[in-house]
Amino acid sequence: MTVDREGIQSPLYLDDDGLLRESSRWQKAVASLRKDKSALFGVLILLVVVLCAVLAPIISPANPHEQLLSRSLKPPLWSDGQRIYILGTDHLGRDFLSRLIYGTRVSLAVGFFAVFLTGSVGLLVGLVSGYFGGKVDFVFMRLVDLVLSFPFILLALATIAIVGPSLTVLILVMSMRIWVIYARVVRGEVLSLREQEFVQGARSIGSSHIRIIFRHILPNVLAPVIIIASIYLGRMIIIEAGLSFLGLGVPPPTPTWGGLLSDGKVHLYTAWWVVTFPGLAITITVLGSNLVGDWLRNVLDPRLKSL
Amino acid sequence: MGSYVIKRVIQAFFLIKLVMVIVFLLLHMTGDPVLIMLDTDATSEDIAEMRKVMGFDQPLWVQYIRFFKSALKGDFGESIEHGEPAMALVLERFPATLEMALGAFMFAVVIGIPFGCLAAFKEGSLYDKICIGITVLIQAVPDFWLAIMSIMFFSVFLGVLPSFGRGGWQHFIMPAFAASTYHMARLARLMRSQMLEVMRQDYIRTARAKGLNEKVILMVHALKNSAIPIVTVLGLDLGILLGGTVIIEVVFAWPGVGRLVIEAISNRDFPIVQSAVFLMASGFVLINLMVDLLYAYLDPRISYA
Repeated sequence: MTVDREGIQSPLYLDDDGLLRESSRWQKAVASLRKDKSALFGVLILLVVVLCAVLAPIISPANPHEQLLSRSLKPPLWSDGQRIYILGTDHLGRDFLSRLIYGTRVSLAVGFFAVFLTGSVGLLVGLVSGYFGGKVDFVFMRLVDLVLSFPFILLALATIAIVGPSLTVLILVMSMRIWVIYARVVRGEVLSLREQEFVQGARSIGSSHIRIIFRHILPNVLAPVIIIASIYLGRMIIIEAGLSFLGLGVPPPTPTWGGLLSDGKVHLYTAWWVVTFPGLAITITVLGSNLVGDWLRNVLDPRLKSL
Repeated sequence: MGSYVIKRVIQAFFLIKLVMVIVFLLLHMTGDPVLIMLDTDATSEDIAEMRKVMGFDQPLWVQYIRFFKSALKGDFGESIEHGEPAMALVLERFPATLEMALGAFMFAVVIGIPFGCLAAFKEGSLYDKICIGITVLIQAVPDFWLAIMSIMFFSVFLGVLPSFGRGGWQHFIMPAFAASTYHMARLARLMRSQMLEVMRQDYIRTARAKGLNEKVILMVHALKNSAIPIVTVLGLDLGILLGGTVIIEVVFAWPGVGRLVIEAISNRDFPIVQSAVFLMASGFVLINLMVDLLYAYLDPRISYA
């Protein structure tokens, strides 16, 4: 019998020992990528953006900090005789394409770190709260209610205003709100998981709480965590851009997409490119992240549609 | 039901008290609030003077009680920049913020819900696919960038709409629309999936089997039952819009609370920041309370033990 192991066409396949197995949700997800064009598009976008961030010094045509006022606000495809400025220059004569490419670094760093931080905290709180229940659960869930009942942006602004803007502050402030979303979903999953036979079984043979939580429950709640993470990556990037736009993000001269927009807004009447391209960069990146998020949700756990 | 209402009201009351504690602690987050309020070139006499005037030389709990007592009277101190009561200044700006939030909310509901419903009715059609495509795209566009681009198109290029300030509907339409887009797209998507789920229920099949008119089924049976979860989302959206149109206000120089806060932050005018955070957070808590009560009224199946 020949079984197509490469493309896992059917949910059932034979493994290396000749046992009939059902392909896991993860394998199904990867296989579905071939059919789902928009998901594939999303994955490609994210790959390109990540590559831009990692390879910024290599692929940037110029130094993003090199100023020359005599070439300020030149339009895209302008040439100074030596080379062509593909996306033009900004008000200080800096190469705009290079600044845009370097800008991916801050957006992605803040996005990924914030998602990782919120995911870990939310996962841990959800696991503990759902598994142990009782007073621990009560305290954590009131904390969640408290966080959810605050208008996030104003509190974030006030905090940054007092503590002062920096990359770390930015990531922490953005994470204040989002961890509760993981915590709530994970807790709900754990509540139903802990009553299932395999958990009861593990308990009856004397497994420790730590072992049950990490060996038996954790693998079953990873799917929602990854779905929320991919959906919120895009939101995080937009929030970071917004805070940078208000001058409360990573301080200049580090190029950030929000910062480029804020610099460009002053020159709105004369230079369309300085406001158009940073916004396009944000939109494309967030689109990629959203498409990947939608795809993961559809294959891994369609119940989470309201996120 | 009655006990749920009481429980929820008490909870909201405690939340607002907690909001007060957080607003109070905001200033103490870095240690010495006087150093935040004064310029870096202030002398040590200035600092001591300020500390005494503001009561920062007292123990923290004494300060809190004093803050709490005056906050109950709506007194959050005087604006350092304007020398007027901070809360009055914030309240003065509030109608502008409310106007934009309600406008954005209206756009989101009036456009998002019908489009979402139509997409569900015509599931799988070209219209449905275009609708999904547009909502996916809109959710990826940062609203403040859309605001800037609309200024570029309508104010700079076409010259038909004013690019800043508050006035007639011409001033109002761009900011309100820009602030609504994310909520509009999310609402359309949610409405669509909610509708599709309801259409699969047994009571819809029963209605069809009875031979009811398809329009009656859709408008009466499906729409009404899809509405319930949407109410929660609508309430949350309104709360977010009230407290979260800061960037749009800045882009359009809209004289609302958000822009006042941004100005206050750059002027280190903390009584204003505290008043605004308190006002918005309390409003947010109250809206959530009303949504929960409305939800309990609309969906009697849910028990609130």
